[in-house]
Amino acid sequence: MQKSIQKYAALFVLPALISFAIAFLIPMIMGVALSFFRFTTVLDGRFVGWENYRRIFIDREFINALIFNIRFTIVSMITINIGAFALALLLTIGLKGTNLFRTIFFMPNLIGGIVLGWIWNLIINGFLLSRGVTVVSDPKYGFWGLVVLMNWQNIGYMMVIYIAGIQNIPSELIEAAQIDGAGQSTLLGRVIIPSIAPSITICTFLTLTSGFRLFDQNLALTAGDPGKQTEMLALNIFNTFYGRTGFEGVGQAKAVLFTILVALIALTQLAFSRRREEEAA
Amino acid sequence: MTQIRNRRTLAWALIALLVILALIFITPMLIVLMNSFKSKFFISSEPFKFPNADTFTGRENYIEGARKIRFFSAFGYSLFITVFSVIGISLATSMLGWYLTRVKTRFTTIVYYLLVFSMIVPFQMVMFTMSKTANMLHLDNPIGILVLYVGFGAGLGTFMFSGFIKTIPLSLEEAAMIDGATAVQTFFMIVYPMLKSTAITVAILNAMWVWNDYLLPYLTIGIEYKTIPVAIQYLRGGYGAVDMGAMMAMLVLAMIPIIIFYLVMQKHIIRGVIAGAVKG
Repeated sequence: MQKSIQKYAALFVLPALISFAIAFLIPMIMGVALSFFRFTTVLDGRFVGWENYRRIFIDREFINALIFNIRFTIVSMITINIGAFALALLLTIGLKGTNLFRTIFFMPNLIGGIVLGWIWNLIINGFLLSRGVTVVSDPKYGFWGLVVLMNWQNIGYMMVIYIAGIQNIPSELIEAAQIDGAGQSTLLGRVIIPSIAPSITICTFLTLTSGFRLFDQNLALTAGDPGKQTEMLALNIFNTFYGRTGFEGVGQAKAVLFTILVALIALTQLAFSRRREEEAA
Repeated sequence: MTQIRNRRTLAWALIALLVILALIFITPMLIVLMNSFKSKFFISSEPFKFPNADTFTGRENYIEGARKIRFFSAFGYSLFITVFSVIGISLATSMLGWYLTRVKTRFTTIVYYLLVFSMIVPFQMVMFTMSKTANMLHLDNPIGILVLYVGFGAGLGTFMFSGFIKTIPLSLEEAAMIDGATAVQTFFMIVYPMLKSTAITVAILNAMWVWNDYLLPYLTIGIEYKTIPVAIQYLRGGYGAVDMGAMMAMLVLAMIPIIIFYLVMQKHIIRGVIAGAVKG
């Protein structure tokens, strides 16, 4: 059977593979290579070795973006997951109108980052009006603005994953615990939370990755203002490429470091879920 | 008796809490809607006030905004690119997913791992070289960009399709091929119909991504052909104040299709998103 399928290899493989090569594979290889070149278009490169990587650190821009990004990602990861888990608990105890609430909480997740950014630009500036400032007056407003935005967008998303996890707990398990006299907090701590550990892993890493990759919301809400102080990694890389001539190579080197960071998070997640599967087996 | 009554009180208290939270979730969208009917001079100075006789402008912001960013042509481009990217991704990746699952060679293994790898790489890694490549290959138009979307969507699509195909028993396909069906016939008549639920998931995840995507269309076709997110960000312009009246109206117009799509397809969307999160 394998042989007769292979006769049609071109038809089955090429449409996706050629597109993949054009959009991803070739640009990826070029990108890694060009991080060692000085260039303005991709064809006029001059080899400079590790120079671009060294030039990343001639100012504190990238380090600042990294620190801001880490703080933002950790804070929003914690708040989103606590909020989402709490809502998931509330929506799985058989209250009336559960489906309607789930529909509403999930809705912001479908709205695109640019639109989200401008919605919250209006609201946050509205709240800051009484102080006579705007969201770009001080980086702390931008920081908390982005955290609120991120929560609004992602709580519903993580909530549906937690709900799916909670609904998968066998009801005999909960009944048995209740017969044994477990109170609400024991039930939560000893039965529910351990049973949904896979959901917790998924949600933790999803929020981590999307926090580091955030771009559209950052651009639309603060565009990095004031003075690049609310710029996160993705936006910093974008501005290095397109905002400063002669820095294309540095932008590409930053992109390589950024990719390594994101890939490390993904590999950690993989290791986590592998270990859990082995423990379960 | 008192215990039951207490329980009921608690249930109502929790429902009241949920109602308040739900209102908090919806309010940002309603505030934007409300401001879209106010004169642009009153939006930033009193965003939380209802329009009154002085500030109400009717449809003016909608007309002005739609003219400024050519909203309806942006809507057309967004719709065209989303629909055909989704069709392209579903077809190309289901075929590749089947091939990679049924044919085991070193080549198929390498392709599979490259596709999985592409899912973790952030867009910033390839955005510069990709947009230059697209430019050189003349893919910088609404049809060419479909190739780019199929390329970027290839990872998740192939991964999800081949994940499902692994669970289908071989016997049906073998029987078809013994009866003389070619691989193409077998795929389209036997395999493809079985992929329906995965195809819906893949289509939904990709539709949400392509419709809302900003950077890829901005970098490749953004000057000539603006999709909705690109057109909205364009309102920010270079320097000076943003026309908040036009902005509010365009945000409303941008949200309406998404909300309709969501209310119609809700079940599929939530199921698809969960499947995507768990497998991705």
